Amino acid sequence: MSRVFRRPGREVTALAGLDMRVASGEFVCLVGPSGCGKTTVLHLLAGLDSPTGGSVTADGAPVTDPDPSRVLLFQEAALFPWLTVSANVEFGLKQKGVPRASRRARAESLLRTVHLSGFSHSWVHELSGGMKQRAALARALAVDPAVLLLDEPFGALDAITRDRLHAELQEIWMRQSMTVVFVTHNVREAAVLADRILVMSNRPGRVVSEHRVDLPRPRHMEDPGIIPLAKGVLDDLMPEASDA
Amino acid sequence: MPDPQGREAARVPVRLQQVLFFAGLLAIWWLLGALRIWPSYIFPTVGGVCSALAHGFGTSAFPMAIGGSLRRLAWGYGIALAGGTATGFLLARVNWFKDTFGLLVLGLQTLPSICWLPLAILWFGLSEKAIVFVVVMGAFLSIALATEDGIRNTPRVYIEAARNLGAGGLRLYTAVILPSAFPTMVTGMKLGWSFAWRSLMAGELLYAVPGLGYQLMMGRELNDMPAVVAVILLIICIGLVTDRVLFSLLQRAVRSRWGLSQASARGQG
Repeated sequence: MSRVFRRPGREVTALAGLDMRVASGEFVCLVGPSGCGKTTVLHLLAGLDSPTGGSVTADGAPVTDPDPSRVLLFQEAALFPWLTVSANVEFGLKQKGVPRASRRARAESLLRTVHLSGFSHSWVHELSGGMKQRAALARALAVDPAVLLLDEPFGALDAITRDRLHAELQEIWMRQSMTVVFVTHNVREAAVLADRILVMSNRPGRVVSEHRVDLPRPRHMEDPGIIPLAKGVLDDLMPEASDA
Repeated sequence: MPDPQGREAARVPVRLQQVLFFAGLLAIWWLLGALRIWPSYIFPTVGGVCSALAHGFGTSAFPMAIGGSLRRLAWGYGIALAGGTATGFLLARVNWFKDTFGLLVLGLQTLPSICWLPLAILWFGLSEKAIVFVVVMGAFLSIALATEDGIRNTPRVYIEAARNLGAGGLRLYTAVILPSAFPTMVTGMKLGWSFAWRSLMAGELLYAVPGLGYQLMMGRELNDMPAVVAVILLIICIGLVTDRVLFSLLQRAVRSRWGLSQASARGQG
């Protein structure tokens, strides 16, 4: 598929001839130089944007609109500041018409999953960066998505918080049969999380290489297997990044 | 708050300064009155103003004037709030409306609202409606423009997240766009209120309806300076209570809940 952004006076081809398939239940990481269109790919997969050429399909059906079955987690947590943490988590359930009591219960249990119990009545601005991403993850999980799309969600966090969230995300993913597409520019993060790593080219973005990761889970940033693997991905990525 | 105790310590002398300043002002006023340099219809005494206040409330002239003014204000402001919010909404979402009517709004904004009074009198006659119309015109535009601004500046990521979680159509407006725009709208509502209050006083000065403006004109016609000053004090008090207390509290509540900084709240207040 391709995506061209037309603005008055200029035209930006974000993606050209990008072809990717993600199996159900698979954890795929998308790495690429900045500005290569990684975020655009996620927006297209979420149905928040439409391709100018080609198509996006989920289970054979074309993706045309956003749907709670494919939830995108944004770079910035994008929690609603006028709602409490619990009300944020309940947001998607409320749209579905789930009664209040079961919404509450579901939010409580999800906040426990992401280690935020006790913060359900807090306001969003009272949370730290890592806690905001945890709450956003809980909000996404609340609608029971088949596909979880993550756009560099841990990019702005300190290393310790990020490592902890890597462990939690793997744990959640191993427990539920969810498909995950995770965008990052950090190859070691990709090696820790992914079943398969797709390397994207410089703009206009397309997939240039693919790496399978068969290391046992849960993995950690410092695992010995991670480093040579990340090195291999980096070797594919470097020529792309140097052109940027 | 890095050092609450230090701030507390610094705050006491400030309060003391304020008390001393106003006590001093009152003392000078009292002294100048007591010296009888000017006749009382030029310079009222403290006692004269106090007895004018007592008389005004005793004869229920002031309560009736306050009631009349506030009733017109409530009508005018209510209409402006409903109309301004709806107009701001259209300005934000309908592009051709913004390009045409938006231009008109910008033009009308430069017109002091009291200039509508002659037109309003020709339309509605010498009636309450004419003054209410002036009040509406005073508050309407700032509410409309703030609503537009707030809605236009809704972060895209909120809308995308909400759509992704299944919110669409009207729900998107009520659950996301309006709450996101609300802090900006409150600023516009506060500004609109003070415009409405000023327009109302100007309107009431210009012709006779029971209200605070009319009480001021009565004082002038009777050469009753103490009554004039008493009414001015009343107008200031009502303005302070609504503007500083009602709206500032609302604004502070909104800002602390939305996590916006208090510093910028003060900057806008």
